This record gives sequence, structure tokens and C-alpha cells, in this order.
Amino acid sequence: MELLNGLVFLTNFVIVPALAYGAQLAIGALGVTLVYAILRFSNFAHGDTMAFGTAVTIKVTAVLVALGVTLGPLPTALLALPVGIAATGLLLLGTDWLVYKFYREQKAKPVILVIVSLGVMFVLNGLTRVFIGVRDIQFADGARFLFTVQQFKAWSGLDEGLAVRTTQAITLVTAAITVAVLFWFLNKTRTGKSMRAFSDNEDLALLSGIDPDRVVRVTWLIVAALATIAGVLYGLDKSFKAFTYFQLLLPIFAAAIVGGIGNPVGAIAGGFLIAFAEVTVTYPLKKVLTYWLPDGMGPDGLVQLLSGDYKFAVSFMILLIVLLFKPTGLFKGQSI
Amino acid sequence: MTDRRRTGLFAGLVALLILGTGFFDNWNLALIILNYGLISAIMALGVNLQWGLAGLFNVGIMGFVALGGLASVLLSMPPVRESWAAGGGRTLLGLAIGAVAIVALVAVYKRMRKGRTRAFVMLALTIAGFFAFRTVFDGGVEAIEAVNAASAGYLGGLNFGGDTGRDWWWMPILGWPVGGLLAAGAAWAIGKTALGLRSDYLAIATLGIAEIIIAVLKNENWLSRGVQNVTGLPRPVPYETDLQADPAFVAAAAEFGIDPTTASTLTVKLAYAGLFAVFLIVILILAQRALHSPWGRMMRAIRDNEVAAEAMGKDVTRRHLQIFIIGSAICGLAGAMMTTLDGQLTPASYQPLRFTFLVWVMVIVGGSGNNIGAALGGMLIWWLWVAVGEYGPDLMIWATSALHADSALKASLIDSAPQMRFLVMGTVLLLILRFSPRGILPEK
Repeated sequence: MELLNGLVFLTNFVIVPALAYGAQLAIGALGVTLVYAILRFSNFAHGDTMAFGTAVTIKVTAVLVALGVTLGPLPTALLALPVGIAATGLLLLGTDWLVYKFYREQKAKPVILVIVSLGVMFVLNGLTRVFIGVRDIQFADGARFLFTVQQFKAWSGLDEGLAVRTTQAITLVTAAITVAVLFWFLNKTRTGKSMRAFSDNEDLALLSGIDPDRVVRVTWLIVAALATIAGVLYGLDKSFKAFTYFQLLLPIFAAAIVGGIGNPVGAIAGGFLIAFAEVTVTYPLKKVLTYWLPDGMGPDGLVQLLSGDYKFAVSFMILLIVLLFKPTGLFKGQSI
Repeated sequence: MTDRRRTGLFAGLVALLILGTGFFDNWNLALIILNYGLISAIMALGVNLQWGLAGLFNVGIMGFVALGGLASVLLSMPPVRESWAAGGGRTLLGLAIGAVAIVALVAVYKRMRKGRTRAFVMLALTIAGFFAFRTVFDGGVEAIEAVNAASAGYLGGLNFGGDTGRDWWWMPILGWPVGGLLAAGAAWAIGKTALGLRSDYLAIATLGIAEIIIAVLKNENWLSRGVQNVTGLPRPVPYETDLQADPAFVAAAAEFGIDPTTASTLTVKLAYAGLFAVFLIVILILAQRALHSPWGRMMRAIRDNEVAAEAMGKDVTRRHLQIFIIGSAICGLAGAMMTTLDGQLTPASYQPLRFTFLVWVMVIVGGSGNNIGAALGGMLIWWLWVAVGEYGPDLMIWATSALHADSALKASLIDSAPQMRFLVMGTVLLLILRFSPRGILPEK
């Protein structure tokens, strides 16, 4: 019983939140990794792309709610998501045509493209701020919980409760669908295969008649979809604020690099690894240990290894250790 | 156009913009722009050394600037004796334990043979070290933070010049180079671990380190009061109220025909500008000498072709570490100056867009690899940053005057005008990268 209570407590406060956060990071990292695999640079504008897509989705959600269109127990934002993806897709295609194309044709060094992406980051950040402001925005509607602490306690008869928020459940389901569709696309369709060929060996791909412009366009569209989905899921789960999305860049990059940048499986593994590390290290584990250790052996302190604000430090330490000891990441990089 | 003429024109443009702000708006604003512009120019010189001269992609500028700010607090604030008595020794002991643990870890890693034993010893050492550190350290911190939490709750600084530290007015100036030293120390530790990485990995690593430094400043209340901020830092220049109380100053102001209040604010800002200008000029001269010395040529050779430079017997790793430390130290110096000018340390105000990426825009727009270009780029971009924030709303009101007076679009556009800064900076950066990729004053 003690064991179960401890497990339920851990699930409620560590495992479920980390799973949801990990899924959001994983989808974000997939976007970064795709840009790296196909366009061969680290896209610093990805966090702000996520913010832009989310901002559009929030505006459309507001219109839908005003018109009385909702999804019942599910958040209305899911209905607005396709519009957000389409708008972000157009934006990214426009950015590519206006900005990145020039450098790609010049065969500029990757570091130049990174600096260019800094410029794009500024512009997107400004656009989002002008478009929706800098306030904190909550846009999750519908049912709040899949099941609540009381319901769980009544059902299981345990002392500790477990609650799963709707947004957490939606995050996991959406993430699973997104990843399944992405992998199906990359492995089974002609376009997906041509993207993988392009990533593996650009010259060989060109030689076999693959249209590079088409590969790049499709990539940006997929990145737009991934960024918007990740952004909306994160915003539903927590809240939307332009600045927080910029800060997500660090854990997202950490996830992509830890997994092996350029490798989608690695991005997903990295996302969950970073999320679990962040949540476990910054959550006070006293209660779990009190349940699990024999009576009287329970710790006196909170057993919070680091305070919550140091969560950056956690993802960063993992990143540094991986970079120093296994620079290619857990899964070998550069292969989609 | 010759280089000299181009430089002259660029400098003239910057001077014209600042003087124009003074003539057409007000001199107070112009001097504020000048002061922060001088500091920005120093930061840009630091980044230019790293990127323009050595090709190091460091996006952790914010962290070094914040460390400089910390040094400014540590040197210019008076010590809080009660805090030192309550838990100063214990906290320092805790930190020493942590440092010993890290040194021991590195020693074990280097000395012992690779294998399971080493991994086990390192793991045991990490756990034991961490808990020993937390046990000693946490007690000391708790005691310090309990001392007069509303106004102190930290150890204070090293300024023994009276209760407010105003008697030792030169301590803040001493704090500037100390800020550079603190940043240099951090840069050494970071460079030792991260400099071997590829350019975009280095970028992400430095971005993360900067966030960690800010997190430390926000959390470690015993050090600099965290998000409660340290305010009222002593100044190296006179106070406005003292000047207004001085009859000689009032008489002099009357002679120039300005009222004493305005005259005092202008005098204080001019005094700061003089101090900053001295530091900027010294650093600029040193940077120019370095650029044209054999050392500078070696650096550029390494930047352009690492393999060839290594084949010529140059120690690339060592040179990279060296210039990373020097550039970061300059950023730390500028950060300390900025905190002194602000008169307070507010860790929450450090944001990467403002303190890292804006400095990058300054260097790239001014001309990476060209010291004078980077410094002038710093002042130009700083002027633009302030101008868009100051005049943007007015411009927006004018631009939207065709819209109906109470339309929602108009209201939201005018509300969001200050946010235009980011849009403008991004556009400027992209335009320069596209049409003049080597900046306004290209490297010779």
C-alpha cells in the first residue's frame, strides 16, 4: 500500500507532467532536427516560430468562441490549429523565399545561416509581440480534468490522489498521432523518401532527379506544422507568453542535440530525457521517499535537489555531458 | 571611398543623431543615449574580438554582462556586518567544500584508469560532495537571509567607506575592472569545457550558460538579494541634490542661463560620459594595437583556416581560450559600468534579446573584424533602439491618423508600437546581412 501510495504521488507530480512536457519538447525538437537535416543549420528562430503559430491559433480560437463554436469537453484551440499551421506555413515559405534562399544558393557557411536565423528570430519575435501583445494568455477551455483527485481516490481507495488534466491527455494523444504521421510520411511516401535521400547525400539526390526546391518547401511546411502543434500544446498545458517560447529554445535544442541532431528518433528520446530530468531534479521528493523508505528513515529535508529556477541548468548539464563525451548524441545524428 | 572617409562619415552620422536628439528633443535624453551608447560600444568591442577576430560564436554575452553587474555590487556596496556574523563563514565554507569536490572529481577523472572503478568513485564523490555542500551551505544561507530580510538579507559588498559607502566614491570605478576579472574567470571555466565544440554547439552551450548565470543571480539571495534587487549603489560622480545645494554650482548654472535642477542632471550625466569615454578610448586603442600586431594576424589566420594555422605550429585551442577570456572580460567590464550607471542590480531585467542578440546586431551592422566599426555600430544601434521606443508611438499615431479614431485596430497598433523595436532590429540585421554582409565599415 505504501509502495502504491508513493508511486501514485510520483505519477501525479512527476511522471504525468514530465510526460506531457516531454512530448511538447519532443515535437519542438523534431522541428529543429528537420531543419538541421535538410537545410543544415541550427534554426534559432524556432522558438519564435512556435510563438507565432500559437498566437495565430489563439486569435482564431477567440473568433470561434465568439461565434459560439466549441468542441465541447475538448479545447476549441484544436479546431483552430489547422488555421495556425497554415498561417505559419505561409510565413515560413515567405521567409525562405525572402531570406534563406539567397544564402542557400550562395552555399553560405552554416554559421552565416545561424546568424541570419537570429535576424529572423528578432523579426518573428517582434511580429508576435505586435500581433498579440506580451501578456500571459490562458486559452484552454472545455473540461479541465480527465479525472480528478477525488474521483481517483474514490475509485482506488488510496490515500494519495492522481489527476490527469485534459490538456495533458490531449498533449500525449496529439503527440503520438503527430509522430506516427511524420514517420509514416518520411518512410512510406515518395516525398518523404526524397527528403531522406536529400538529407543523406545532397549531390546524389540531385543527380537522381530530386527537386531540391520542393524538398525545402515541404520541409518548411512540416516544420510549421510541428512548431505550431508543439506551441499550442505547450500553451494549452501551461499558458502563452511570447517570452517563454523564446526561452523554450534551450531545452528544445538540448533535446535535439542529446538525441543526436538530425535524427527524429533521437529528438523524441531527447525530449523525454530532458523533461524527466528537469522535473525530477527540481521537484521535492520528500513524500515519495517517506512512503518508500522504512518507517523513521524518511528524510528531514524536502529532497529538492535544485530549486525550480535552475531547470535550465539541468537541461544544460545533460547537454554539456553529452556533447563532451558523446558528441554525436545518443542516436547517431544526421539521418532522417 | 577611402576607408578613412568612410569611418569619418559613419562617426559623423552617429554624432549627428545624438546631437540631433539633443537639439530637437532634449539634452537629457541625448546624454542618456550617449552614456548607454558608450557602454554598448565597449560590449560590441568585446564581441568583435571574439567573433570578428577569432570567429568564436559566443551568444552568452548576457551572462558576462550580468557577472560584471554582480562585481559592481560586490565592490561598491557596504558590507552587512550582521550577515557576515550570522552565516558568512559557513556559507564560504560550503562553497569551498563544493569547489574541493569539483577539483577532486576532475583529478579522479584524469588520474584513475578508465573503467568501472573510476565511474563508481566519481559517482560516490559526486553524491557525497553534493550532500556535504548542501548541508553546510544551506545553513549559512538561511542565517544570512534571515538578517533584516526587507532591506539586507545578503552579505553586502566590500566598500568600507561609511554606512552608505559614499565616502569611498572610487570603489564603483574599481568595480569595473573587477567585473572584467569575474567575467574572465567564468570565461576560463566555460572555455575549458565548451570551446572545443563546433560553432553552433558552442552557441547553444554559451546561450545556456548565460541563462544559468542569470538563474544563479535570481536565486542566490545571500549573494546579491536575488529578484529583490540591490538598489542605491554608490556613485563615482556627484549626486544631483549635493550639486543643487552647492552655491558655487548654482551660480555657475545661472551664468549659463540654465536652472540648477536641469544643470545638475546634465552635469552628472556628462561626468559619467567622460568616465565611460576614457575607458572606451583606452580599450579601443588596445584593440586596434592588438588587431595590427603579429598576434592579431595570427588570430585572423586561425579564424580563416584553422588547419593551416595548426600546421604552422599555432596552438589553436590555447589562442581560442585566450581571446574568449579577453572578449568576455571586456563584456564584464561594460556590464559593471552599466550597473553603476543604473544604480541598481535587477537580475530579472537581463534578457537575451537585449543583452546578447542586440550586441550581435551592433557588431554585424557596424562591421565585424573592424574595431571602430563595431564601436560605432554599438552607438548607432543603441540610438536606433531608444529612438524606436521613444518616437515609435508618435510615428504610429501619425501613420494611423487615417484610421477611424476609435477603431480597435488603431488602438492595438499604437499600444504595440514599443514592441516594434524587435521588428526594426531584425529587419536592419537582415538587410545588412543581405546587401552589405561585411557591415558598414568592413574589415580591412
